[in-house]
Amino acid sequence: MSAEYTALVDFDEATDRYDPVLGIEVHVELGTATKMFDGAPNIFAAEPNTAITPVSLGLPGTLPVVNEKAVEFAIKIGLALNCQIAESCRFSRKQYFYPDLTKNFQTSQYDEPIAFDGWVDVELEDGEIVRVEIERAHMEEDAGKNTHVGGATGRIQGATHSLIDYNRAGVPLVEIVTRPIPATGKRAPEVAAAYVRTLRDIFRALEVSEARMERGNVRADVNVSLRPSADAPLGTRTETKNVNSFRAIERTVRYEISRQAGILDASGTVIQETRHFHEEDGSTSSGRVKSDAEDYRYFPEPDLVPVAPSREWVEELRQGLPELPGARRRRLLGEWGFSDMEMRDAINAGALDLIEQTVTAGASAQSARKWWMGELARTAREQDADLESLPVTPQQIAQLQGLIDAKKINDKIARQVLSKVLEGAGDPAEIVETEGMAVVSDDSVLTSAVEQAIAENPDVVEKIRGGKVQAIGALIGPIMKATRGQADAGRVREIILETLGVQG
Amino acid sequence: MPAIGREDVARLADLARIQLTDDEITRFAGEFDAIMDAVASVSEVASEDVPATSHPIPLTNVFRTDAVTRTLTQEEALSGAPDAQDGRFAVPQILGEE
Repeated sequence: MSAEYTALVDFDEATDRYDPVLGIEVHVELGTATKMFDGAPNIFAAEPNTAITPVSLGLPGTLPVVNEKAVEFAIKIGLALNCQIAESCRFSRKQYFYPDLTKNFQTSQYDEPIAFDGWVDVELEDGEIVRVEIERAHMEEDAGKNTHVGGATGRIQGATHSLIDYNRAGVPLVEIVTRPIPATGKRAPEVAAAYVRTLRDIFRALEVSEARMERGNVRADVNVSLRPSADAPLGTRTETKNVNSFRAIERTVRYEISRQAGILDASGTVIQETRHFHEEDGSTSSGRVKSDAEDYRYFPEPDLVPVAPSREWVEELRQGLPELPGARRRRLLGEWGFSDMEMRDAINAGALDLIEQTVTAGASAQSARKWWMGELARTAREQDADLESLPVTPQQIAQLQGLIDAKKINDKIARQVLSKVLEGAGDPAEIVETEGMAVVSDDSVLTSAVEQAIAENPDVVEKIRGGKVQAIGALIGPIMKATRGQADAGRVREIILETLGVQG
Repeated sequence: MPAIGREDVARLADLARIQLTDDEITRFAGEFDAIMDAVASVSEVASEDVPATSHPIPLTNVFRTDAVTRTLTQEEALSGAPDAQDGRFAVPQILGEE
């Protein structure tokens, strides 16, 4: 490791004195059945070096052929990011020597990306919208996976040799590159993570990728630079490679801002370089210095003819785009009448789909929200689980709420029914039926319970008759207890008042 | 002033991981320069309305459907490898000691 000694500057101070500018490159692995240029299966886990063909290995004499589905997915991504779709574009060879690719070049796109000049609106947690401009989105192939042997903790430094699995080599990727993202100030870390999250959600809505960060389906390279003020020219940037979680993205940006501010404060020069993020302490360190790293000697791939998506095809794909997450949020906000705060809480809890499905199954939006954000959110927290992994369906919640609305059960019983549903006892209606949990609505049963309560509590009766109607709670309590909570408290109240001849 | 000098040849050789002797560098520099001269004459006839051509065959959109084809077995895949371990290709140390 090269000696790097710079004092870190407190993040708030750094962002008071410097204006951070971000640039983010996101790679997404497409969820096609096969690879970008050959018919090897595109699968995550398999025995090493089994999901490959001679093309994946770049054996002499093999020829790549473009996967039409991958082009379709790339166009969809471009359209969802408000990009222009190239009328014609071509692949290029990006030459570098590293054993994760057998060919000594990566087939990519250089001067003619399939999509360019777009934008996407990113919504921050408090509802603020930041528009991020997209420079380009291009198609390329993923590389194989190296395992470094003989050094400490699998690092390349100190390794005696490396082992390579080419199952991932040739998996279709789309790389999305932003223009410099200015004016984010102290919110730079949050904006960076929210941007990648927005893309992740779009990929899922488009069904072009499972987009699982933890599997490396989505990987971000995070560029950060500082300048003294918003009207100064851009400073020198660093690029932290392969940051693979939202939290890691935030920490990378924070750390780089603090680190670069330290260098600039000491009148030093930020070196343009690639860096690596370290999960253990949230720091970044200098990557290896490759003197000719930027000289990839791109040239047009002669083995592949240009891709020229017809305008008809592009329009057809545009018409077929699903509702995108941002638009959906705005629509649901209007339909459900939630407050901004309720909506954000639901989004942050991952409850949006569940609430929507519960509403579709017949519940009101507010009652659906109440269940998922209340009782069920609590249960999920207790079990340290995701809401959607709880063993209860939106249809069951809608049914449960339907039983309340029909006054078959009250809120308290409903919670007991829910816990039985969570234990796997069946549907709410079934449980209420078999366990005899329906509200006691037989007035004769209630009336005798009321009469008993009146007889046992003459002092309370006195108060009520004397005009203190709120004292009625002292009578309702014992009745609810006598009916094991299955009475409709509202009806009990009516009967008491009728019996005593008092106006509520 | 030649279009390609000895430094350019040495740098290109380095980028392409091709080891050249001093004599070879000198010889290639001369030969490349002659090639560059010859190719440069193209720009004398190419006008504004002739786009640079990378693919002379008028063919686009050669696609395959997204269907799995036969794959190699691990044994087949590794059969030409100088060295293998745990079903993976083994390669020498990537980074030298620093």
